[in-house]
Amino acid sequence: MRNLKQFITDFGWPRIIIFIFLVALFLAAPLVNVRLDSSLSDVINRFGQNAVFVLAMVPMIQSGCGLNFGLSIGIIAGLLGATISVQLGLTGFLGFFGALVIATPFAVLFGWLYGKLLNKVKGEEMTIAMYVGFAGVMFMCIMWLVLPYTAPTMIWGYAGKGLRTTITVEGFYRRVLNDFLAVRIGENFVFPTGEILFVAAAAFLLWVFMRTKTGTAITAVGSNPDYARASGISVDRMRTISVIISTILGAAGILVYQQSFGFIQLYTAPLSMPFAAVAAILIGGASVNKASMVNVIVGAFLFQGLLTMTPSVINSALQTDMSEVVRIIVSNGIIIYALTRKTKVAK
Amino acid sequence: MGQDSPLLSIEHVSKEFYGNVVLHDVSFDLKAGEILGLVGENGAGKTTLMRILFGMPVIAETGGYKGRVLIDGAEVRFSSPFDALDAGIGMVHQEFSLIPGFSTTENIVLNRESMRPTFLNEVFGDRMSVLDRPDMRRRAEGAIAKLGVKLDPDMLVSEMPVGHKQFTEIAREINREKTRVLVLDEPTAVLTESEAEVLLVALRNLAKQGIAIIFISHRLHEVVAVADRIVVLRDGVAVKDTPASGVSVRDIASWMVGRSVQTDRVTEGEERSFGEEFLIVEHLWVDMPGETVRDVNLSVRKGEIFGIGGLAGQGKLGIPNGIMGLFPAGGSVSFHGKEAPLNDPRRVLEMGMAFVSEDRRGVGLLLDESLEWNIAFTAMQIQGGYLKPLLGGLLKLRDEAGMRKLTEEYVATLDIKCTSPAQKAKELSGGNQQKVCLAKAFALKPDLLFVSEPTRGIDVGAKKLVLDTLHKYNRDYGTTIVMVSSELEELRSICDRIAIVDEGRIAGILPPSAELAEFGLLMSGEKAEEAKEAGRA
Ligand SMILES: Nc1ncnc2c1ncn2[C@@H]1O[C@H](COP(=O)(O)OP(=O)(O)OP(=O)(O)O)[C@@H](O)[C@H]1O
Ligand SMILES: [Mg+2]
Repeated sequence: MRNLKQFITDFGWPRIIIFIFLVALFLAAPLVNVRLDSSLSDVINRFGQNAVFVLAMVPMIQSGCGLNFGLSIGIIAGLLGATISVQLGLTGFLGFFGALVIATPFAVLFGWLYGKLLNKVKGEEMTIAMYVGFAGVMFMCIMWLVLPYTAPTMIWGYAGKGLRTTITVEGFYRRVLNDFLAVRIGENFVFPTGEILFVAAAAFLLWVFMRTKTGTAITAVGSNPDYARASGISVDRMRTISVIISTILGAAGILVYQQSFGFIQLYTAPLSMPFAAVAAILIGGASVNKASMVNVIVGAFLFQGLLTMTPSVINSALQTDMSEVVRIIVSNGIIIYALTRKTKVAK
Repeated sequence: MGQDSPLLSIEHVSKEFYGNVVLHDVSFDLKAGEILGLVGENGAGKTTLMRILFGMPVIAETGGYKGRVLIDGAEVRFSSPFDALDAGIGMVHQEFSLIPGFSTTENIVLNRESMRPTFLNEVFGDRMSVLDRPDMRRRAEGAIAKLGVKLDPDMLVSEMPVGHKQFTEIAREINREKTRVLVLDEPTAVLTESEAEVLLVALRNLAKQGIAIIFISHRLHEVVAVADRIVVLRDGVAVKDTPASGVSVRDIASWMVGRSVQTDRVTEGEERSFGEEFLIVEHLWVDMPGETVRDVNLSVRKGEIFGIGGLAGQGKLGIPNGIMGLFPAGGSVSFHGKEAPLNDPRRVLEMGMAFVSEDRRGVGLLLDESLEWNIAFTAMQIQGGYLKPLLGGLLKLRDEAGMRKLTEEYVATLDIKCTSPAQKAKELSGGNQQKVCLAKAFALKPDLLFVSEPTRGIDVGAKKLVLDTLHKYNRDYGTTIVMVSSELEELRSICDRIAIVDEGRIAGILPPSAELAEFGLLMSGEKAEEAKEAGRA
């Protein structure tokens, strides 16, 4: 009895309620002619598609920089990697990992600058991060038009220059992870083994990193910067490192997303992505100054599960096509809920 | 209301934290104008009992409590401190809760500022009133006068010496018209004896005006001096409830621990010999708010236990904080014959110095992390300890097992009361947190250890334990110790020489055997010259 109680308090009521709701949706699905197997497949795929973004929240939360509302900065680095990889004509695994390798130096540079800036605005990181994200995206809106890309699949046909808003990765690295060792069961269920493996590897690497001397110092900085300083730690340096890692994960995240989704989305597309990741980690039970791998996995699964199931079940039940509207209401609703509930700082 | 009916009654109160019983069936009454001394060892449950009384949210969050609290004979069950304030209970917490950027006056009248209506009120309502500063100041001065102390109403809290902060907190509580019960949780822990004396006088004044006071302190002679009645908690049980007259410090101490306690000079009868000059400080200045150091020169010999005393705010705390690089400092410090860089915490730690800060919640602890982290962290970061090599040394990960073993060792030697080494530091009682801070410094195995207020908030039994441990490290490992303390008695019981700081300078250095009066003279800034001679003799 005590164990159950303890488990519930540890896990938290919000998660249990959302979980029960999700189960209810799955139970209701067959009643309104939504196929269970394809729904489950969708949920797993979307989980893999988004989990790296959620993972990207962890280092900055742990170092006391709060939620990374400026994740778009990492996404931009990823987009640079993706477009350059396509421009170079790299395909298959080479295309994907080539994009990752090209994106990393950009992510390190952007993360370093972004980190320097956040060190100057301690206490208000989250607001500033949001502005930085917006500003970065807006700046890149211009750059996508003027950078000298020439690959015909990417540029506007009539103008002969400037990148399109959506670029297909078909023929480059579409579904390279998803299809790697994919397990197909019946008509409608596919388990994207490669994608899940990639997420697991990223999570494991981060888990290991947080256990190194530097990772431990980052956590201590987030827990009490004065304690860390008195222990000879450079607080600013640790914070910058955490921002750089978060930015690299953002870049990797968008590449995983693209290979599964099939398109590179440029211009204002990165704007909304940080919010989904923020909501997911909060739903997973993280606070603005503590997050664990369990928070990431539980949060990404619950958030993406809700986002997939609610629209399809409601649509079929109401016999209309409002999936986009419902999706927007559900996702923003969860974001607002998560932000209002979980930004309390324990001190 | 008759003088005899109790104002506040605690009846059969019990409290447990996740199965760990910390209070068991505690009952006592408090009458108007009475001062109750509440004493007990570290972790006996004093602060927890007061948190229940004050409706602190942490109590409800951890499962509430059993039993009843009655005011004027009617049961109350506060769901927040605001309810408690409304019912006339004021509390001065073990840790400060002032706003650093505000002045004395602003802190005292906080949330109850005097308002002056403006013409905008007609349209927009009360929210458009402006602060009535002269009236606020008058009220603050009233509260300060009621306490009978000297405080500058316009000084910012961040620039105040600790003693003044303490008085400001108390003034804030008595500024509320309704306050009838005042709870003070270790208010004197940060004060020197003379400042504490002023506080005790102020408390007696307040009691005469009909306010009932619960006074918690580990300085038992204060309790004996001020209390009308004494309640002793031992492991969460009220083992004694007795009038204070005729009770001695020794009695209380033995009730607290259940055995008799001694406080003698630790190093008595020992042959003390020291090595070369180990730490040489010249023209040190430190810009630490409220504890400015202006020009300090001193030298400490290898193997010595060197004491630094003085009144709060004179700069004694600034000395270790400056040398350890926590506040901007200048001058020259040489250690082991090498120049020690100032303003660089990492380098001085690497050179073999360590520091136990007086600000345990601010600097000393990772409140949200486990004891293992708290104790092993600095050793890991500075000396690369508690890391386990993997893949042939390519990767080094935290050695959780090693950290646990280290923590268990210190839990045993320092007798830290906790449920496990994985318990969060914030869940420990104040005194046990202090021991964790000491353990962190010991784990570094330093050549030179600065300890600032090492026994602050520690009970009599544990105090002896801590002083003995310091002494043991000094004797067995040759650790040189510089100890800063507000308690002269403590300095005299362990130190080989004691420097007194006055106005940011060393007023004089005395042997521990010097007359109390000589120390007093130095502290008050008089006859510095004369005493210097005595120190040399
Ligand atoms: N939030 C909490 N969660 C779990 N245990 C707690 C919590 N707060 C206090 N405790 C435990 O309750 C016990 C009593 O603590 P309390 O702070 O009341 O002691 P105290 O008498 O004030 O001691 P001290 O003199 O050291 O301040 C301690 O063993 C402590 O570890
Ligand atoms: Mg206490």
